[in-house]
Amino acid sequence: MDKKFTVSLIVANHAGVLNRVAGLYAKRGYNIDSLAVGVTENPQYSRITIVSTGDDYMKEQVERQLQKLHDVKLVMLLENGNMVGIEQMLIKMRAEGNGKAAISSLINSYGGRVMDFGETFITTEITGPSEKIDEFICKAEALGIMELCRSGSIALSHGLDNVLSVDDAFRIG
Amino acid sequence: MQMNGAQILIETLISEGVETIFGYPGGSVLNIYDELYKSSDRIQHVLSAHEQGAAHAADGYARASGKTGVVFATSGPGATNLVTGIANAYLDSVPVVAFTGNVPTGLLGRDSFQEVDIIGITQPVVKHSFLVREVEDLEPTIREAFRIANAGRKGPVLIDVPKNIQAAMAEYLGQQPRSAVGQITMPSAKSVALSPAKPLDPAELEEALSAIQSCERPFIYCGGGVLAAHAEAEILELSHRLTAPIGLSLMGLTAVPHSYPLNLGMCGMHGRYAATVAQSEADLLVAVGVRFSDRATGNIDEYRKKCKIIHIDIDLAEIGKNVAATIGLCGGVKEVLSALLAKLPLLPHEQWMAHIDQLKQEEMRKIPFRTGFTPQNIIRSVHAALGDDTVVATDVGQHQMWVAQSYPFEKPHTLLTSGGLGAMGYGLGAAIGGCMAKNCKRTVLFTSDGSFGMNLNEMATAVSQKLPLVIVLLNNGVLGMVRQWQGRFYERRFSQTTLDRKTDFSLLAQAFGAAGSQAACLEELMEILSQKLPSDTPYLIDCKIDVNEEVLPMIPPGGAVSDIMVD
Repeated sequence: MDKKFTVSLIVANHAGVLNRVAGLYAKRGYNIDSLAVGVTENPQYSRITIVSTGDDYMKEQVERQLQKLHDVKLVMLLENGNMVGIEQMLIKMRAEGNGKAAISSLINSYGGRVMDFGETFITTEITGPSEKIDEFICKAEALGIMELCRSGSIALSHGLDNVLSVDDAFRIG
Repeated sequence: MQMNGAQILIETLISEGVETIFGYPGGSVLNIYDELYKSSDRIQHVLSAHEQGAAHAADGYARASGKTGVVFATSGPGATNLVTGIANAYLDSVPVVAFTGNVPTGLLGRDSFQEVDIIGITQPVVKHSFLVREVEDLEPTIREAFRIANAGRKGPVLIDVPKNIQAAMAEYLGQQPRSAVGQITMPSAKSVALSPAKPLDPAELEEALSAIQSCERPFIYCGGGVLAAHAEAEILELSHRLTAPIGLSLMGLTAVPHSYPLNLGMCGMHGRYAATVAQSEADLLVAVGVRFSDRATGNIDEYRKKCKIIHIDIDLAEIGKNVAATIGLCGGVKEVLSALLAKLPLLPHEQWMAHIDQLKQEEMRKIPFRTGFTPQNIIRSVHAALGDDTVVATDVGQHQMWVAQSYPFEKPHTLLTSGGLGAMGYGLGAAIGGCMAKNCKRTVLFTSDGSFGMNLNEMATAVSQKLPLVIVLLNNGVLGMVRQWQGRFYERRFSQTTLDRKTDFSLLAQAFGAAGSQAACLEELMEILSQKLPSDTPYLIDCKIDVNEEVLPMIPPGGAVSDIMVD
């Protein structure tokens, strides 16, 4: 049974690391749904969050193969229930005449912030679980999407049991 | 002490215990070769004819010596010529450190002359790779590369050194070589990178012990991981203790002496009859240091229908990758086997043993001994003349499988063969490396007219190094393995496998400054082997064999043991 799952990685922060991680997925034939990278509180390390879809076999292989990459310091599998995940989107929509009211109300109901606007358009920011963003896009389609950009999901573990701390990564080297 | 990068590189290699480097100079490694010139009394460089040959030689050297193989190449074409050799070392888990020069850092990324992104090109086939951007990083990077190449499951590491880094000055620190063992493990739920060797779970160990104690037909399936871990004694002891026959993967050959009565030989597509049948009838498979390649398993579902599998490997990712194990024990093969042996009583399996004896007799009936100048008799004659200690290299194809089936290997690490990649052209380079690892003692290469044609330029290297190689060329005028498949599965449409060449291989050997002749029967072969072999140059023996010789038994791809073809 294919399911969505999230992998959170602490990796060395230098050129080429993202390539190795993405290359591993490509080499084994695994598709990446979304990928987000950013530096951690310690500039020596970055955190990569990858969402992909696969069965238990693929999930186990992804985790074990990632562990073998020298630049990957820590690996954690996150799934609904043991994680807090969030995604951000910027979306530019057509907004003219009567449509403006409908768009404003849609934005308000999703807690969006208007980032930019003009005579004929509105650009808004929407933050939330990926499903909520999917939903927004669905509704916005009827109103006219000009362009959009999604950040890809970022996630942390739930609670205190599985903190992926950079200090641990530092001890590994 | 202040040194330039090239000096630091050579000093670090010497302090890591490197004695022999294989390579080929070029514009981007001039500084390194200049230092080699100055240090030639302390470290040996073997000039190959082509970088691929150097890479295979470093691989063969590593396999025969147990040390890390080292290869040098220049940027661009020098680097790309290494790729097959690096991939070969990766697929067979051989520790090799490859150095490539590159254009100065200021010219990187500008498609400069002889610039390629060798880090990118080799990424899927290295354990790790480094681009050295600061001369201060050079020594620690090299030491880390040697550690990584040998840590856990071994493999190749590439270090790309831009030309200006070779010239820049820095302090040579003279750090200690880092141990490859003693990896960090952390008591935590999250998985920790680079520490696949978790401490053994006592519960899993107990589970394995009880599976072993309750089985009736145990079979030990032994792979290259046993050789890498030097666990030959433990495997033999396990076989004694369980009264279990041993089958070997291609990479596992030489881990158990041929003369050991429970060694049934190679398993898999071209495995020995008794080994393959016994494996399929077992109710417990103890798989040690193997990765269940498709060539070894055939039809996976059929393979594990009736049988529990205990899979022991140092690489956690291998456990469950190709075959779902009943019990997976991840750790150093030697340590895991010792832990099992500490708690295992002697378990006689008399009925099973009687059945194994029957299978062996059946094997002799089904695949009877044939007299004459057959590949098998040629191979056995070479062993009879040269003895157990001789290192044997092979190329890839029919002759490789005949050697795997018929050569009576007695000593570990005496076979150099391209298992995972199956790279034709591997053999001559590997034989050169293997021979140099053994102080230039006589080394055999079994090859064929097809494979030898790929990299025969390395004859020049073997001659200049004065290596007493014995090159046994099984000459059938065709690309035999592909032809065999065309004959069996493509209705004898022999597309592009008939060579129709006029090469005279013994004259070719002479043209390179080596010696050579033809052998047309076993008596001629034995005469050459016993009287004509020079001690300081290669000797090529061109053996014409029947074009219709096939590798048998054979299980067709994706087939099960019931599909086995013996004639």
